[in-house]
Amino acid sequence: MIYFDNSATTKPNEEVLDTFHKVASIYYGNPSSVHSFGLQTEKLLAQARRQIASLLNVGESEIYFTSGGTESNNLAIKGVANQFRNRGKHLITTKIEHPSVENACEYLKKDGFDITYLPVDENGRIHLDDLKKAIRDDTILVSIMHVNNEIGVIQPIEEIGSLLQNYPKILFHVDVVQGIGKVPIDFHKSQIDLATISAHKFHGLKGTGALYVREGVKLTPLLHGGNQEKGLRSGTENVPGIVAMAKALRLAFEDFNQKRHEMEKIRDYLRHELIKIDQTTINTPEMHIAPHILNFSVEGFKAEVLVNTFSEKQLYVSTTSACSSKRNEPSKTLLAMGVDQKRAESSIRISLSYENTIQEAERAVKVIKSSIEKLLPVMRGSI
Amino acid sequence: MDTIYLDHAATTPVHPEVVREMVGCLEKTYGNPSSIHGIGRQARRLVDQARNLAAQSIGAKFNEIIFTSGGTEADNLALIGTAFANRNRGNHIITTSIEHPAILQTCKYLEINGFDVTYLPVDSSGRVDIDTLKKHLRDDTILVSVMYANNEVGTIQPIQEIAQLLSNHSAIFHTDAVQAYGLLPIDCEDLGVDLLSVSAHKINGPKGIGFLYAKNGVKFTPHQYGGEQERKRRAGTENVPGIVGFAKAIEIMMKKRVENFHRYEQLRRLFIDTLNDRGISFEVNGDLKNGLPHILNISFPETNVEQMLVNLDLEGIAASGGSACTAGAVEPSHVLKAMFGAHSEKLFNSVRFSFGYGLTEENIQKAAEKTADIVKRLTS
Repeated sequence: MIYFDNSATTKPNEEVLDTFHKVASIYYGNPSSVHSFGLQTEKLLAQARRQIASLLNVGESEIYFTSGGTESNNLAIKGVANQFRNRGKHLITTKIEHPSVENACEYLKKDGFDITYLPVDENGRIHLDDLKKAIRDDTILVSIMHVNNEIGVIQPIEEIGSLLQNYPKILFHVDVVQGIGKVPIDFHKSQIDLATISAHKFHGLKGTGALYVREGVKLTPLLHGGNQEKGLRSGTENVPGIVAMAKALRLAFEDFNQKRHEMEKIRDYLRHELIKIDQTTINTPEMHIAPHILNFSVEGFKAEVLVNTFSEKQLYVSTTSACSSKRNEPSKTLLAMGVDQKRAESSIRISLSYENTIQEAERAVKVIKSSIEKLLPVMRGSI
Repeated sequence: MDTIYLDHAATTPVHPEVVREMVGCLEKTYGNPSSIHGIGRQARRLVDQARNLAAQSIGAKFNEIIFTSGGTEADNLALIGTAFANRNRGNHIITTSIEHPAILQTCKYLEINGFDVTYLPVDSSGRVDIDTLKKHLRDDTILVSVMYANNEVGTIQPIQEIAQLLSNHSAIFHTDAVQAYGLLPIDCEDLGVDLLSVSAHKINGPKGIGFLYAKNGVKFTPHQYGGEQERKRRAGTENVPGIVGFAKAIEIMMKKRVENFHRYEQLRRLFIDTLNDRGISFEVNGDLKNGLPHILNISFPETNVEQMLVNLDLEGIAASGGSACTAGAVEPSHVLKAMFGAHSEKLFNSVRFSFGYGLTEENIQKAAEKTADIVKRLTS
């Protein structure tokens, strides 16, 4: 079996599982309880927060735990909008964000906010000039993803951060869900105010994520109740999940450069081999890209057909992002890059993790080649 | 020293079978349920099965269950979601003064946003009065939220009667069943509620997962946008292992519910009898006849709750003052305040003991004896 769909979700690492198993079995106290069962769990929670903060090179008071990437993105965007709606009702984002950013913005639109969606060029990158032009007196938030989940392009986060220093009233949110542990990013250095991470994208568990909130930034909470997470996120903390996330992040950062280099090698091998197939076009550009994502199109094929055929041969890849794959819509990132509808509809995403090997890539190429050859007469007949 | 955990209303130990089920799922079925390939579809199947079981456990339909990150999210989604979606019909909300903070704080948030909230009083047993509710019901009341059973004193509310009263009114009826689920029989149709919140970690399931029952046709806006999970009512990759663990906990609960109910009743009786045998003075807060059997809230005159808790903890007994969610800062319980008034001594000398999985009669006997010793020591 070859699992090349790590941008949709990853398999929990074994050590992470052990951690989860142990914490879930032994440390069941509620961290808000004042007795020793609670205090023990509280200690684990604090330790996890410290670990994550130190791996991300931020302060521990800047890490807030949530139920995942979607909640973090919603908390950041709606939280800023509700907190600063009296200051202004304009938000800037891009045309290629994850649905949890896009749809949070669409919701705000109905609530009277004005949203600017920045275009991207043929390489999937935004232009700083476009951002500069879009900024208005009533702009309160700029939300731009770090690594795109569909094609793997990296946005110029540090440059955006330094541009936004000229606008002290605008907050800067970055969805780093796909990039964390794969592409270096320094929240403080890039002048980021809010950043979203999700554990199940780096071999942690589903149902846990975090929002980095720069010291001093105020948000309106989404969830109200027991005032956990300093009042920003109520609800009993999912301690086993959180401790497992800290472990997963530590493992992702261990031998970071080597892991990154390995994934790059596999990605480049795949690019090199797939381009040899007559029907394929590589959609992922060659510059400013993450090590783990390669998007390509197979001319004349519906992507779903290929994904299902590969799946029968135990090669798991995806069409667009998992979160939009049910809608059966072509990748909006590719469309935003100016790729035509047909090519976008036949696009496939391979996404790697540090657990994948070059041998798997070799086998995957064989599966892809033979599937295309086998399906070719059928597809031609149908056209 | 053997520790005795008597704080099952705050959170419960995860059942070993639940952990096993989750680890198995994490190893084998780690796919994203939204993925169209085989690994994704396997995960989808597990989520579907769990949803079926969750629905079955409360007599609901498959598509009436929305998985959330827990009870707090379910409560927030229920209240904020319906309040904003039904604003065109009115802006009055009725709840009680003894709700969980997830309801009370959410109501405060709604007040800031222009809603008018009535907090119903309760009697000294912690129960709301139907006639009082009736008096406060207005044409522009869009939502009524009354907890099924209280988390601090265990008092069960007349949910069915409230539903009856509301059957001629357009207000949506929500109940926070987080403490009741697992011990009281729940059938949403019989109960007559539109929305009902449940949390897994109160029934020996994992933390970080819960569900909201939302009757078909009830209008509410989501609070989290993104993918089309949970039929667009709650975006975010499904917490598959959490959901699977939750399902296991539900399965065990459904088998053991009645047995547990009687068992905790006995444990509660044993605790009270032991205190009586030791001849200390105490008073039970709440209503033993009309309360959850696993919650025992006791006032010990001439003691101080913080002192009690510290001493209990030193003896290896975990109990609590208010609910865990308000316990971080040991503030006087808002529930006891509603029952006895702001100046009652009971606000400062009451301890909640709550029972659950794994406790033996010996544990209870010992805990009660130690409690009596501490009370004697502190009051002599």
